[in-house]
Amino acid sequence: MKAGKDKIIDEVTQNDYKYGFVTDIETETAKKGLTEETIRFISKKKNEPEFMLEYRLKAYKKWLSMKMPEWANLKIPEIEYQDIIFYAAPKKREDLDSLDEVDPELLNTFNKLGISLDEQKKLAGVAVDAVMDSVSVKTTFSDTLAKHGIIFCSFSEAVKNHPELIKKYMSSVVPSGDNYFAALNSAVFSDGSFCYIPKGVRCPIELSTYFRINAANTGQFERTLIIAEEGSYVSYMEGCTAPQRDENQLHAAIVEIVAHKDAEVKYSTVQNWYPGNKEGKGGIFNFVTKRGLCKGENSKISWTQVETGSAITWKYPSCILKGDNSNCEFYSVAVTNNFQQADTGSKMIHLGRNTKSTIISKGISAGKSNNSYRGLVKIAKKAENSRNFSQCDSLLMGDRCGANTFPYIEARNKSSIIEHEATTSKISEDQLFYCNQRGISTESAIGLIVNGYAKEVLKKLPMEFAVEAQKLLQVTLEGSVG
Amino acid sequence: MLLNIKNLHVSINNKEIIKGLNLGINYGEVHAIMGPNGTGKSTLAAAISGKPGYEVTKGEIVYKGINILGMSPEEISWEGIFLGFQYPVEIPGVSITNFLRAALNEHREHQGLKPLTGSEFLSKLNEKKKLVEIQSKLTNRSVNEGFSGGEKKKNEIFQMAMLDPTLSILDETDSGLDIDALRIVANGVNTLRSEVNAFLLITHYQRLLDYIIPDFVHVLYDGKIVKSGGKELALFLEKKGYNWIKEELID
Repeated sequence: MKAGKDKIIDEVTQNDYKYGFVTDIETETAKKGLTEETIRFISKKKNEPEFMLEYRLKAYKKWLSMKMPEWANLKIPEIEYQDIIFYAAPKKREDLDSLDEVDPELLNTFNKLGISLDEQKKLAGVAVDAVMDSVSVKTTFSDTLAKHGIIFCSFSEAVKNHPELIKKYMSSVVPSGDNYFAALNSAVFSDGSFCYIPKGVRCPIELSTYFRINAANTGQFERTLIIAEEGSYVSYMEGCTAPQRDENQLHAAIVEIVAHKDAEVKYSTVQNWYPGNKEGKGGIFNFVTKRGLCKGENSKISWTQVETGSAITWKYPSCILKGDNSNCEFYSVAVTNNFQQADTGSKMIHLGRNTKSTIISKGISAGKSNNSYRGLVKIAKKAENSRNFSQCDSLLMGDRCGANTFPYIEARNKSSIIEHEATTSKISEDQLFYCNQRGISTESAIGLIVNGYAKEVLKKLPMEFAVEAQKLLQVTLEGSVG
Repeated sequence: MLLNIKNLHVSINNKEIIKGLNLGINYGEVHAIMGPNGTGKSTLAAAISGKPGYEVTKGEIVYKGINILGMSPEEISWEGIFLGFQYPVEIPGVSITNFLRAALNEHREHQGLKPLTGSEFLSKLNEKKKLVEIQSKLTNRSVNEGFSGGEKKKNEIFQMAMLDPTLSILDETDSGLDIDALRIVANGVNTLRSEVNAFLLITHYQRLLDYIIPDFVHVLYDGKIVKSGGKELALFLEKKGYNWIKEELID
């Protein structure tokens, strides 16, 4: 019985990564390593205004004085920053106006990933910003969106065309010295997406950014800034993949969201960076700072994430609930397999009155992986009548993986209510046999059971993403039960 | 013969539970296996359906002319063997509808058929629901999660009706049922019963056999069938209890 169990676990965990190919394209890179010169090089490459360079250099100085955080439940090998290339861009002509000017090899890459940049063929109702290595390749539907006053463009373009918005909002949620990786990103970030929804506008289509790491030995450092003015609404999706390589690659991103009065932002992520091979070799180190600010009254932000990739994930999409009656939700499914490690969760900082937050976290561990939930719920003295509900569930597959829950709770007033629920379970042999007996093969059964377990989170994803996420969960875990 | 079990020996964790069992079932027949607790009734059901951990050390199980030993549980299911569970398992977050659709489509794939379309599936679902008198909303609920004992068992019969098996083994489907639920379950079986299928009922009590009239009754004791007869054997057992068997065996 034991042998059979191990066999199934082995089978599940032996699935190959679908997006591991490399695009053969000429790339322009910075010299290896990180110095002030590297930063000046990046800023110059991007033709940035002076204020950006200053911002970067300040962040760099800060970073030099900081230490790698060690509190996470992760075993992180030493990262040799002088061996990393901090800027890599597919060589291209000057500014692109139409798709015809985009390198066909790049279009091909995104087609292979299921992302069509051809507006005629794109998924109905989704605008895409495609980012490869350090630059944005193409943003679709910018013109259509502009008619509604919506700005959706690459971060670099926003720096050039909307410096006043950048100056006002960049780092207003995540200060450049917020943490080690945020400081690093602020110093060397290359591109990312920018999105501005004007007052009272409901964004008519889903916006999405697709991140792709291609070049070897490079890090990817993108940042995303979303601003939703009073009474506006936007749903934003983010996807990511990387080639299969033996060495680890660093990804350190920042996402900032500002929601003004009565505005609502939904941010969904399907993170599928290369997780490394079955022996734990290679894979992306994913250190991400995501934070939203519910700035105005009745504002709302929701984070939904499906995390299946990366060798190491360090990520805590958080929210500062500043406006009275503001609301934040965090829905997460994090899957780890083989030797993957994840330390992920959320922080909810309640500052305004009658603020409400919800955390639903579903961890799934298989193989020899380690999966931790880490969360902070903090209710300030003035945040009267606030509420938080947290539910942290862990599902274990086999007996070689680990799951941990680290909830931190701080409440400074007596009128608020915090609830925390946690469970740990396993896919039982009885469940599998029951499915098998009905003619459902083991792999499909695991898919069903896992999707059932994660249903609460998956149903929060936009349609376009939900199907992909369901398949991804199944593929990631194919063969892995005990 | 649909099912022919010859000299079957089954062990769990090296402990022999079934010790040389013989049983033959023809198309169109309903067999009942009775016997006290711990004599191997459920083990027999598990062994036929290929449950991992049930080691067949000797003998064979021939079904439709093929020895099914060594086949996986899903292969055995695709061949048309259904097991109604004594303790149906909960699968949180998976609706009965999705569960059955996955099951049915894998059966069809095995038969070289296309998956049912959504509307074909739903009409089949609705037709079979009537058979076991289950409420519409039940199929939207997660498989067995928070079901009452009666609902769980009705759900088993409902799944049986959906999968249309050739051989159905019902493992103590009657336990924990009130009279109304028992009648519904029996009614389901009686409706599905035909010349092209067969049933093996595993039960403690003769009560179920008032509603489903078996062609044969077998008494399982200490891993073997020690007595076989017609439906009157069940009545006799009910009156005399199982001790009578023990005494007879000692004599």
